[in-house]
Amino acid sequence: MKIFAFISILLLPVITQAEMPITRGSMLALSCTGCHGTNGKSPGAIPTIAGKSAGYLITIMKDFRDNRIFSTVMGRQAKGYTDEEITLIAEYLTTYK
Amino acid sequence: MNPFSRRQFIKLVGAVGALSSLSACQFGEEKVIEGRVVIVGGGFGGATCAKYIRRFNPNIEVTLIERDAKFITCPFSNMVLAGLYGIDWITHEYTALRDKYSVKIIQDTVIDIEPIAKKVLLKGGKSVHYDRLVMSPGIDFQWDAIEGYTESISHQIPHAWKAGAQTLLLRDQLQAMKDGGVVIIAPPRNPFRCPPGPYERAGLIAHYLKQHKPKSKILILDAKDTFSKQALFTQGWADLYPGMIEWVEGSFGGHITGVDAKTNTLYNSDKEAYKGDVINIIPPQKAGLIAHKVGLVNEDGWCPINQRTFESQKHADIHVIGDACIGSKMPKSGFAANSQAKVCAAAIVTSLDGTEMPEPSYVNTCYSLIGPDYGISVAAVYRFTEQGIMKIKASGGVSPQNAHADFRRKEAHYAIGWYMSITNDIFDSFS
Ligand SMILES: Cc1cc2nc3c(=O)[nH]c(=O)nc-3n(C[C@H](O)[C@H](O)[C@H](O)COP(=O)(O)OP(=O)(O)OC[C@H]3O[C@@H](n4cnc5c(N)ncnc54)[C@H](O)[C@@H]3O)c2cc1C
Ligand code: HEC
Repeated sequence: MKIFAFISILLLPVITQAEMPITRGSMLALSCTGCHGTNGKSPGAIPTIAGKSAGYLITIMKDFRDNRIFSTVMGRQAKGYTDEEITLIAEYLTTYK
Repeated sequence: MNPFSRRQFIKLVGAVGALSSLSACQFGEEKVIEGRVVIVGGGFGGATCAKYIRRFNPNIEVTLIERDAKFITCPFSNMVLAGLYGIDWITHEYTALRDKYSVKIIQDTVIDIEPIAKKVLLKGGKSVHYDRLVMSPGIDFQWDAIEGYTESISHQIPHAWKAGAQTLLLRDQLQAMKDGGVVIIAPPRNPFRCPPGPYERAGLIAHYLKQHKPKSKILILDAKDTFSKQALFTQGWADLYPGMIEWVEGSFGGHITGVDAKTNTLYNSDKEAYKGDVINIIPPQKAGLIAHKVGLVNEDGWCPINQRTFESQKHADIHVIGDACIGSKMPKSGFAANSQAKVCAAAIVTSLDGTEMPEPSYVNTCYSLIGPDYGISVAAVYRFTEQGIMKIKASGGVSPQNAHADFRRKEAHYAIGWYMSITNDIFDSFS
């Protein structure tokens, strides 16, 4: 009994051993990494989106979507996501520093 | 302190896994292996899938089988043709996949697959067992489609639709051509790899010719009557290379049906002749040959799949991604292959873990350069529906017509940024 309780507690760290979870938020955020780099860390001209606050990401995504700020391509991307999805993406992305 | 060492702990977890029959591992084994995935093809689709399966679950063993030692991308190969980049810039290594993500890399050619025995047979004589197989072999050509255009003639009249030696052959022919020469590009009918690619190629070749051989002309003899981002390309050509590029549509004689390689002449079905100084034939395409060998294709030569999991409709436990698969509304692009590969990785990992995959999302954006400072794009975000992968109506679209030069410059800049990011997402390049 004791041993099994012990194992089930320890099972958690094994699962988090994965570099990336499979959640709704992470699945949606996979659509960003082709342009923003793995984990949102961009090696080139496209801005890095890792390490920003969720609030900033949510506001700017909605601004892109609703054409409140200029973009070359982000307006066309952001229109593919609902408010709820934008929140999930933002929350997921803030797990990367 | 913790009474268990890490190794003992892993053994215990392995034992629990085996008890619950979720794990292929046995008590006492050094490493927990929750499944063996073999991936055929280390390009945009295959290499992405390998990396992401390992990121999602490091207890799944991933073996990537690729014919070549390094991967040379088709994206940005048109810049190499134009002499703006060297081939090294578009060449990528498998070292990060091997060393950082512990993907087993086998350099060999897959000659057959046994879907019942779940075995992949290699040219080198070995065979590899899989629990799940991912196929991302890209495309091959329909060599019988254009009379006189065979694989051996392609060493003289390049297609340059797989990057590497073919790219360099076409580049060298352009550099050797006299001023005042005619370059012919003959794009195929749909569907084919990279719908805007031939037209990007025309613009970047024009950029080279304008600087070095300004009296030369480019003739596009198209099998189709319309093409991707047509209005934007036409505007860009007129802005940057007035009078230099002529496009002949399929129903007005553009559809090429034969070639005489001795005289560098192309023929259409009315037997009208077009003579070129440099000719680039892009033949009609089909899924990579190995997909045909294994019986994964339909009568059109492409692989039908479940568009949520990318599992083949022909064989169980085989997934097909990238150009070879029928991705519904998604074009055959490197971006799409990368997006599909990540969804496929999640589908395989959740299936091996016995969990449910959350709703997938897919994306594509094709940047094209008309000149080094003149970029355009077409984008879309997709979801899975009962009709398969469908574009979200409000999302995506093409760059604005009549945009200011500064907008085009920004998109050219971001196109290079995209290339660095996506190869970073696949091979950890530029990191
Ligand atoms: C000129 C040009 C420009 C392009 N520009 C863009 C662009 O700007 N943006 C974009 O998104 N896409 C672009 N593309 C499209 C992009 O190159 C493809 O869509 C993408 O490569 C598809 O990925 P894939 O994994 O299906 O195939 P590939 O990337 O071709 O990978 C297939 C791999 O499988 C290997 N293979 C095949 N058969 C076997 C076998 N039997 N055994 C072992 N290995 C095997 C091959 O060697 C190859 O490495 C362009 C294409 C061209 C031709
Ligand atoms: C086709 C490439 C592409 C894709 C895909 C993409 N982005 Fe962007 N992103 C850009 C570019 C380019 C910019 C710069 C603004 C512009 O011109 O559009 C940008 C800017 C941003 C910014 C503003 C950064 C800053 O601080 O200035 C955020 C936030 C962002 N993107 C988030 C996302 C998220 C979240 C996703 C996925 C849902 C995503 N992007 C997908 C290309 C892309």
